[in-house]
Amino acid sequence: MSHLVILPVLLPLFAGILLLAVRHAALPLRRALSVTAMLAQLALALLLFIRVSGGEVLVYALGDWPAPFGIVLVADRLAAWLLLITAALAFWVALDAARGEDARGRHFHVLLQWQVFGLAGAFLTGDLFNLFVFFEILLLASYGLMLHGGGAWRTRAGLHYVVVNLLGSTLFLFAVGTLYGVLGTLNMADLAQKVAATPAENVPLVRAAGLMLFGVFALKAALLPLYLWLPAAYAHTSAPVAALFAIMTKVGAYAILRVYSLIFGPGAGPLADLIEPWLMPLALATLALGMFGVLASRRLKQQVAYLVVASAGTLLAAFALNSVEGIAAGLYYLPHTTFAAAALFLLAEAIARRRGEVADRLETGPKIAHARVLGGLFFVAAVASAGLPPLSGFVGKFLLLRAALEHPAAAWVLGVVLAGGLAGVIALARSGSLLFYRPVHALEAVAAPPALAASLVPIAGLLLLGLGLTVWADPVLRAAQATATQLLQPYEYIHAVLGEH
Amino acid sequence: MSLVWLVLTPFLGAALVAAVARLGRSHAAWAAGAVTLLALAWLLPLIPTAFAGSTVLQRVGWLPSAGVDLVFRLDGLGLLFALLILGIGLLVILYARYYLSPRDSMGRFYASLLLFMGAMLGVVLSENLIQLLVFWELTSLASFLLISYWQHRADARNGARMALAVTGAGGLALLAGFLLLGEMVGSYELSALLAAGDVIRAHPFYVPMLALVLLGAFTKSAQFPFHFWLPHAMAAPTPVSAYLHSATMVKAGVFLLARLFPALSGTPEWFWLVTGAGLATLLVGAFTALFKHDLKGLLAYSTISHLGLITALFGIGTPLAAVAGVFHIINHATFKAGLFMAAGIIDHECGTRDMRRINGLWRYMPHTATLAMVAAAAMAGVPLFNGFLSKEMFFAEAVGVSATLAWGWLLPVAVTAAGLFAVAYSLRFIHDVFFNGEPIDLPRTPHEPPRWMKVPVEILVVLCLLVGIFPAQTVEPLLSVAAAGVLQAPTPAHDLAIWHGFSPALWMSLIALVGGVLVYVGRRPLFDLYERRIEPHLDAKAIYEYLLGRLFAFARRLTGWLDTGSLPRLLGLFFLFALILGAAGLASDTVPLTGARALLPVDGISLLATLGLIAAALATVVLHRQRFTALILIGAVGLTVALIFIKFSAPDLALTQLSVEVVTIVLLLLALYFLPQESPAESGTPRRLGDGVLALAAGTGAGLLAWAVLTRPYQTIAGYFLDNSLTGGGGSNVVNVILVDFRGFDTLGEITVLALAGLGIYAMLEHLRLPGPARDPQGRPWDADRHPAIMASFTRLLLPLALLVSLFIFLRGHNLPGGGFIAGLITAVALIMQYLANGVAWTQVRLPGSNMHPLIAAGLAIATVTGLASFAFGHPFLTSTFGHVHWPLVGEFELASAMAFDLGVYLVVVGATLLILIHLGAMHTASHEAPSPTKGDN
Repeated sequence: MSHLVILPVLLPLFAGILLLAVRHAALPLRRALSVTAMLAQLALALLLFIRVSGGEVLVYALGDWPAPFGIVLVADRLAAWLLLITAALAFWVALDAARGEDARGRHFHVLLQWQVFGLAGAFLTGDLFNLFVFFEILLLASYGLMLHGGGAWRTRAGLHYVVVNLLGSTLFLFAVGTLYGVLGTLNMADLAQKVAATPAENVPLVRAAGLMLFGVFALKAALLPLYLWLPAAYAHTSAPVAALFAIMTKVGAYAILRVYSLIFGPGAGPLADLIEPWLMPLALATLALGMFGVLASRRLKQQVAYLVVASAGTLLAAFALNSVEGIAAGLYYLPHTTFAAAALFLLAEAIARRRGEVADRLETGPKIAHARVLGGLFFVAAVASAGLPPLSGFVGKFLLLRAALEHPAAAWVLGVVLAGGLAGVIALARSGSLLFYRPVHALEAVAAPPALAASLVPIAGLLLLGLGLTVWADPVLRAAQATATQLLQPYEYIHAVLGEH
Repeated sequence: MSLVWLVLTPFLGAALVAAVARLGRSHAAWAAGAVTLLALAWLLPLIPTAFAGSTVLQRVGWLPSAGVDLVFRLDGLGLLFALLILGIGLLVILYARYYLSPRDSMGRFYASLLLFMGAMLGVVLSENLIQLLVFWELTSLASFLLISYWQHRADARNGARMALAVTGAGGLALLAGFLLLGEMVGSYELSALLAAGDVIRAHPFYVPMLALVLLGAFTKSAQFPFHFWLPHAMAAPTPVSAYLHSATMVKAGVFLLARLFPALSGTPEWFWLVTGAGLATLLVGAFTALFKHDLKGLLAYSTISHLGLITALFGIGTPLAAVAGVFHIINHATFKAGLFMAAGIIDHECGTRDMRRINGLWRYMPHTATLAMVAAAAMAGVPLFNGFLSKEMFFAEAVGVSATLAWGWLLPVAVTAAGLFAVAYSLRFIHDVFFNGEPIDLPRTPHEPPRWMKVPVEILVVLCLLVGIFPAQTVEPLLSVAAAGVLQAPTPAHDLAIWHGFSPALWMSLIALVGGVLVYVGRRPLFDLYERRIEPHLDAKAIYEYLLGRLFAFARRLTGWLDTGSLPRLLGLFFLFALILGAAGLASDTVPLTGARALLPVDGISLLATLGLIAAALATVVLHRQRFTALILIGAVGLTVALIFIKFSAPDLALTQLSVEVVTIVLLLLALYFLPQESPAESGTPRRLGDGVLALAAGTGAGLLAWAVLTRPYQTIAGYFLDNSLTGGGGSNVVNVILVDFRGFDTLGEITVLALAGLGIYAMLEHLRLPGPARDPQGRPWDADRHPAIMASFTRLLLPLALLVSLFIFLRGHNLPGGGFIAGLITAVALIMQYLANGVAWTQVRLPGSNMHPLIAAGLAIATVTGLASFAFGHPFLTSTFGHVHWPLVGEFELASAMAFDLGVYLVVVGATLLILIHLGAMHTASHEAPSPTKGDN
């Protein structure tokens, strides 16, 4: 049993503990510690990714208790891929926060590390209740990060976020309780077997539990009608936190993909493909409403937040295709949209800092310092986000549409995704034009604009990751296809966890 | 790989130019010119191959897993366009050097221009459709940068956005069309597609695919009714118009028609859609051009009209029509680029483009005037100029196809009318600008431009004449090979000559020429008619802006209606969604809700407790506005739950529930201090009714679910825990062994949650300054005696006892009800009593190390390190071990590694709970006292 599986979980936990213990040490030291830990996390994630890239499913039984009795961590391609994306994002976020945002409140890096702990645990765990626990860690850590720095709006948006998510946790418990009460197990592989063999008299109960779980994940993934918590929460928190949160909706999407391919997947007998009728319509509606929000936004950060909503819709539309090509398209699109949204959040902050009172409001403002560089980066990020060629957004969209042609709802997918893309182009062209082309010279520019170079590094780093996804689209796609194939054959996973049964 | 480099060179050159521009204004132009020449150098060696009729394919690879490789293709059609792009590009670069003013950024201009050049080359040299689309959209993006080059001008910004929106929409449609095409043929590569025309035309998706592809082509080539963006794109600097809006970008649409001609053409749908759109555009463009007072406006509508002509030719669909279409692409590019440049010179020298003011320039710039007149004659289709040849071929094709159609005679009439208007607006261009009296109130005195600014125009004009007079000797080879590229078959016999005898086409040309002169002479009433009757009603831009405005307004209304920032709405939606999901799951007409399990008998006490629980819960809802009462009632609910745990033999849960209940109540009491004792009624009756229904439904649903689960036979993995708790986990309290061993990882997570809650609340409170009420609602001040002596002394006595109890609970935890979590809560309660009874300041001073952060860190560290210790023995994280040691006096004592883990749990629970309570308490003190010495606590 390789410890490599648990190291990406333990490292951020331990780094957080260490940072809490040395909280009086000099800030540069703590920053260095945090950033180094993120780098190490990236290395671990990469190692694990390489390790499972042959198709092996690694199982780690905590406390040496055999499944399904103890908790297991399971590293398959999907988990490793998401870990890798998270680590890459978190590294740039830690670096960006170290420019000064982390000094505005207490314990930023502790919370950041534990947030990554929660993410890693959620992706790796093979136990449904343990997933709940990691959801709680994610919720509390993100709540702390969201409030970081304080302010009335932040506190208000944070309250809404935490209350609705606590309600989600309650529903999670109802669902898990029902599943345990009926099927008597919490291990996901074991659940998969038990669900497939559900006797007729228990089918409605298991179905209800499965659908309620979908409600919980839909809330996390910001799926219609439960996305309304997101725009305010993301728009009002600090830039590095908002950038990190670009991965948060993906946890919900991950959970949907995992649970409804493994437990309620094609092999689940009477409960096969449980959410098939729900997911596609909701995903497309989310995409549409997200894009209307993008058009309607009056602030840049709000606009980016709505882009996150729309991208959640796009991602889940890809997963809803429920085919190798569709899921692979989603798995390609996932890191793209994560990095692009994170870069846009950081850019929005850099722009807002240079516009004085007007900040990120989409109105005419003063001439921006460093407009050429920031404008160029905004152009690139906007092209990527709107899904225009030649960047990763286009590749993702192309793969999605290509996969959708086989689906009965192909016309809907094509129509909504393409129209959504057009709305994105129109809205972002308008924003860019307002921000960079239409300065009012009468307004006083910000006297001492913040230093440019340091703030560019994380933005450029994130955009370069997107560029890498474009240039190396084929290896990424092949990995995604292999991942999707593995997901649609859950027998491998079940066999790895439970052995021969 | 020379084609790859050919396309890459302008892209790399763009970066070079941007860098070089810092050195000086001319450097950028020289660099751009050099880059273009270099690109030409990549092309030259391939020209003989292309002329020999073979197709050059060069594969780079990119995304083969999705059928998309970067493959570059050079055949006759690609060669023609590549030459046009590079040749005219070179002339435009030279021209722009003199056109741009010293205020304009040379680097940005040339870099954007080269980006565009690269994208355009990519479009015409792509073998793969998806690759073609990538470059296609890049031309839209580059043109956005070029049209909006003068960013300070509103018309430039809006024109650029409009062009991007319209061509971008077309690009998306094109993507859908290409996807369908790829699906039909199984490949996105032209070699396969062009050979699969029969498969495509017979496919059930042919019509939707065709509509989508045409949408892309028509928006790009400004075909009616999508033509309106082109006149507004004239806000671009004139070199951009000369390049993009005559020779290149707008030709991308007709290029696509030519490229896919063998695969898509030859059906009635193709004929009607393409010819129809082309003819409508031809007429609308030619007609409108006459009435434009803006020099570039006239040229823009003329371009629209000529694009319509080319489109119509491809629509007619005969091989000869395709040849004519290719020929007109060449001719239009040469004369229109020259005309735009001439217009730019006039604008540059006069400071305006309004033809009502620019008159009689012949006297000021005869050289320029001569050049412009030659180009305009070609535009009008006058014999001896190149435009005449292709236009006559068009007339001949129109006559040819009309014979096969009902109402076919309309076709020659329509194209003659369009030709007539072309003559009229060309005449207007010449006569109004160069003659027609004296200039009126020009901002500048016009004179001839710099020598080198005219050279590009001269070259183009010479080409117009050469092709017009000696077509067979000049353009024929190129035309022939390009047409073969379009048809993917040998070019049909055609005769490029000025004189074809008295054919119908000649008569049509004559009618157009004479009629055009007459229309121009009698233009006044027409102008009146247009300006009063037509223009105000036919403004496509107004429609576009109206639609866009409606879209934004609708988006705002919808988003404003949904996203009100209301928490109750958010929660309501969540409940509703959860209910729908649960109901959809539970609904079944075959399976009864109640399971087969026998029910336990109900005893009186349980019934009473349950009724009490229900009553307390109901009372909490009814009395929720009296906060203290509600708090007491909810406490009663919690305590009853603890009793239920005891009834069902779960002492651990009962203990936990009790201590959590105590801590929660204390916490809420501290928080309630800052709130009014009664909360105001904030929602009206309908709202409350709605919420009540939702709440009842949710409660009923949860109840039904619980009922259904509990009445079913129960078979879980719990048996394994009972069997292995003592032997494997070393403890007989199974609950505790589950917590610290079987599912210790959950516990590790949960104590992290607790730590996070502590840190989060600490961080939030740190910035919060809340005013506390000095008096209660009845106006009585708070009791001055905050820490009554009896209570203070009593709790001090109680402290050691309480700590002892918690130690006891902790130590027995592994085997008997208890454990780190409960012990931690008891310790916390014991300590919090000191704070309550003696005040935060007093306690803080006396409690050594009352800073809770190290405690939390230590607790988590102990728990984690305990888990890590098993690595040393080659076991997974959190593997436990236990043994028995003999202690003097105490006797046999069991030590389990899980106890160390439990110690970690204990510390975190104490630390986090106290952290929250102390800081709430400190804020409490700070709100009505001088700030307490807890600052600098961390």
